[in-house]
Amino acid sequence: MGVLIEQFPLYVSGFLQTLRICVFAAIGSLVLGTILAAFRVSPVPPLRAIGAAWVTVFRNTPLAVVLFAVAFGLPELGINGSYFWFGVAGLTFYTSAFVCEAVRSGINSVPAGQAEAARAMGLTFTQSLSSIILPQAFRTVVPPLGSVIIAMIKNSAIAGAFGIGGDLFSVGVSLTSAQGYAAAGTLFGVLLGYLVLTIPAGIGLARLEKKLAVAR
Amino acid sequence: MAATSVLFDAPGPKARTRTLISSIVAGAIVLAVIVLVIVQLASQGQFTAARWGPLLDPTNGDFGPVWTLFGNALVATLTAAVLTLVFALVIGTLLAMARVTASKTWRWLVVGVVEFLRGVPVVIAIFFAARVLPQVGLDLSILWYLVIGLTLYNCVIIAEIIRAGINSLPRGQAEAGYSLGLTRGQVLRSILLPQAFRVMLPALISQLVVIVKDTSLGFIISYEEFVRTANIIIQTLQNPIQTYVVVAVIFILINYGLGKLAEFVERRLSRNKKTAIDPADAEEPELVGAGG
Repeated sequence: MGVLIEQFPLYVSGFLQTLRICVFAAIGSLVLGTILAAFRVSPVPPLRAIGAAWVTVFRNTPLAVVLFAVAFGLPELGINGSYFWFGVAGLTFYTSAFVCEAVRSGINSVPAGQAEAARAMGLTFTQSLSSIILPQAFRTVVPPLGSVIIAMIKNSAIAGAFGIGGDLFSVGVSLTSAQGYAAAGTLFGVLLGYLVLTIPAGIGLARLEKKLAVAR
Repeated sequence: MAATSVLFDAPGPKARTRTLISSIVAGAIVLAVIVLVIVQLASQGQFTAARWGPLLDPTNGDFGPVWTLFGNALVATLTAAVLTLVFALVIGTLLAMARVTASKTWRWLVVGVVEFLRGVPVVIAIFFAARVLPQVGLDLSILWYLVIGLTLYNCVIIAEIIRAGINSLPRGQAEAGYSLGLTRGQVLRSILLPQAFRVMLPALISQLVVIVKDTSLGFIISYEEFVRTANIIIQTLQNPIQTYVVVAVIFILINYGLGKLAEFVERRLSRNKKTAIDPADAEEPELVGAGG
């Protein structure tokens, strides 16, 4: 356990790097996932097809394969960047498929009667969407969206392992491999870093869930 | 399309025209992007026979060796996935039973273990197994480190799936058992668990998709599954994009098939209602996340 104290600055920098990856990927995947969900429920067939294809591809491919494909593929398309951004992009693409499905199922869970009632009262499409459908969909979307983001925090370790470097997991790997610290103690510190992120997220999520829960 | 019926009225002639126009515009944009990507890739020489031949052309000299490697990778992946599934099912069932039957003083321990393991990233569990076990004198083959790492995470997920299944059963099922004079363990074994498995079969198959995907993390400890195999192939053939496209397609085929199987089982189960509860009504735990 001495590792954690001796190498504390390294752990902190790893934690911050993980946090950076997670913040960028979370924002990216929430935005991209919501757009894709809008595609999937839109009345325009080509957009629906893109949404469906995106989800099928990224939900069924392992994150490691996505990351390698992004890192090798984007430069060939003329998009160059650091491994950090390729890692974030891979994690974003992968997570956005899950975000899309969560948002879509939230919209689907709103009973048709709600929209019909809104129409009957003479609300326009935009009005019924913004004040009837989406507020209700949001409530159902929050719990699954929260677990998607928590899973994403854990998946950031894969992005680290694949070569972003400097994140919590990579710190653990270099401390055990190169510097010869005992694996158990070192990895315990790494784990602690992830739990600091995931446990409060889980508790916050449970609170939010309770607050948003309504009988339907 | 349930979504369409919630959000939109049946389109009239004007709306149909608008949809048609936006379809054409969107289709044109999509097509343009695809063409642009293809032109760009072609200009980088990504469509040459030298790069695709070893993967797709049986007359190519490298075709045989490459697909032998992929075959081995498939066997390696499926071996790890099946072993993980078996162990995770056994341990997960025991954990779920412990959580349901344990007295209050012991239950917090089970809950603690489950919650802790759920928070552990799978990569770390695998890396941990590969690094810590040899240090405590357990020298196993790489396959077992991968299986142990994957099982650590998946057994608690399966435990939660089964627990959710048990909780979704009507109380009358257990009560009927008790009134027949069965003990707690007997009720659990012969009444609740069989039904919970049935109800949760679709969720369990979906979890298998996650397990299959996660075996790819074996590359971190040099287990020769698809990602590691792909990296070996790339070193000689220098065709990363093509190789990864093939690997991705293999995974998509396997997992899409499993996903369809889960949907099929779910439909079948909700059609012939021999169980006390409809799988569609059983609340699935929020575990399906982003695949571990």
